[in-house]
Amino acid sequence: MRSFSHVLAQTDWVALQLATFDTAAVERALTASTLSLTDFQALLSPAALPRLPQLLEKARLLTTQQFGAARQLFAPLYLSNLCANECTYCGFSMSQAIKRRVLTDSELIEEAHAVKALGHDQLLLVAGEHERKVGMAYFRQQIPLLKPLFSRLMLEVQPLASNDYRELKQLGIDTVLVYQETYQAQAYAKYHLKGKKMDMIWRLDCPDRIGAAGVDKIGLGILLGLADWRLDAVLLATHLRYLQQQFPYCQFSIALPRLRPCSGGIESSFPVSDRELVQLYCAFRLLAPEIDLTLSTRESSQLRDLLLPLMITSLSAGSKTQPGGYQVAPQSLQQFSIDDDRSAKLMAQRLTELGLQPVWTNWHPAFGRG
Amino acid sequence: MFTIAETPLPRLLLGSGKFASPQLMLDAVRASGTGLVTVALKRIKPGQPSLDLISPLQQAGVKILPNTSGAVDAKEAIFAAELARELLQTNWVKLEIHPDARFLMPDPEQTLIAARQLVKLGFVVLPYCSADPMLCLRLQEAGCAAVMPLGSAIGSNQGLQNKAMLEIIIEQARVPVIIDAGLGQPSHACAALEMGAAAVLVNTAIATAADPVQAATGFRLAVEAGMAARAARCAPPSLHANASSPIDSLLTFLS
Repeated sequence: MRSFSHVLAQTDWVALQLATFDTAAVERALTASTLSLTDFQALLSPAALPRLPQLLEKARLLTTQQFGAARQLFAPLYLSNLCANECTYCGFSMSQAIKRRVLTDSELIEEAHAVKALGHDQLLLVAGEHERKVGMAYFRQQIPLLKPLFSRLMLEVQPLASNDYRELKQLGIDTVLVYQETYQAQAYAKYHLKGKKMDMIWRLDCPDRIGAAGVDKIGLGILLGLADWRLDAVLLATHLRYLQQQFPYCQFSIALPRLRPCSGGIESSFPVSDRELVQLYCAFRLLAPEIDLTLSTRESSQLRDLLLPLMITSLSAGSKTQPGGYQVAPQSLQQFSIDDDRSAKLMAQRLTELGLQPVWTNWHPAFGRG
Repeated sequence: MFTIAETPLPRLLLGSGKFASPQLMLDAVRASGTGLVTVALKRIKPGQPSLDLISPLQQAGVKILPNTSGAVDAKEAIFAAELARELLQTNWVKLEIHPDARFLMPDPEQTLIAARQLVKLGFVVLPYCSADPMLCLRLQEAGCAAVMPLGSAIGSNQGLQNKAMLEIIIEQARVPVIIDAGLGQPSHACAALEMGAAAVLVNTAIATAADPVQAATGFRLAVEAGMAARAARCAPPSLHANASSPIDSLLTFLS
């Protein structure tokens, strides 16, 4: 089957990289009713920065029209920090001398109840990539323990095979997140030094496998700071458009995390400023008014509060990014440091103050999907 | 008012999504003068105080019409309808099946399948559907209590883009036609009523307006205006200017 890696192989990167845009191209993009990828690129260009107020206004309008005041809240739950990869930007990399933990059944239940007690009903399961110890056998055992507790279960682990996704859907996984980090092969190779994650194509074609398995929703993303972010953003947009055509019944979300300090991690050589981050989020909203845009707790509470009414529709709150972080071992080392450490309750209160409606449940558990 | 299953209903129906707060929704509902609000079952948590969307509406004397929004096939929609019947003690359901994630287009095949079964299960079925005259006939034959074709894409505020097809649907229908989606301005609602629709359902245009209460007021007045225009039997538009009524004068002369 043709997959995204083939599309990417045929993409003329040089042309994408060399393309320049003037004010007229930005104007065209701002007034287009549907954006072409060229329009999208124009909105990412330096020429669009002076038009940031117009970009924000259009993003706000589209977000309001599509989502109204509703904003989805979820919490990550880290299952394990075991990892068989070496990624130079990640605190969970195998060479890092940190205490490793895989949650046992009883620990998982304890953690899940702790998250539930915070008010959450949508749970994102996260694990380092360790096929042998935290693979399908582990998920098969753990997911049924969680399914009765949450209305939506999301999963962010190593890329798996199509059959595995089919089984995970049956087990009750509604959303699978897999971030490409970067679409640029050279940069990808530079940061991913050991383990299965070195296989860029396996990761690149993963959303194709998730979609083919009929999973309800796919989360895509890039890690800003690894490479030329404008190019990565255009390739991510290309990926999204491709997947939307391949899988019209699938929903999508996009997250654009910026590289954060972590234990043993690198400093970014491609920093993205606040202004550029906002520009980037605006461009994605104009490209795809219907998708969820997620903003991580790694961003400051100030920036989050400013962006939430304008274009962000899904957010984590009160997050702990280490296994056992909520209850079992709250003192252990996190995957990355968090900036916005407000509790879920405070976040919901803040949303209300901002004229937004916190949504904890967006799917009736008894509908019986999965 | 018009009737469905012997229940008199207002000509302006509201959706409950996208509002900033339940209070604002309630204020808009009051200003709209409606007696029927549709609520997505997926947003209701049974056994939790966050049924707070429902109870204030019921206290205000508003009838709740549960909808199956979020369902991607007939099976899910039927399950949702059964759950709603249990939770809200109503056998009415607004059937919504939109597997298409991007434009939320209603699925004609699954909607028809679900409608047939729900009618057999004793539901009063109001299906949200494409503006397809043949499909609306089939839904009517399946025993639906009304049909709810879309004016334009849901949430798009584009108005009556499907006008030509809606006119055929209204002409053919033996059940009330409620125009459900895409109405962005009170004038769109007015035009729908003038065209002969039994009612309109509005959500996004009111919920996302800077002032939802004013928007709800505008829609209430527009619906009244549309009904008045219908009752007045205003003359149809014409390309030519007509001085007075020369034909009538001639016919009088000839008689």
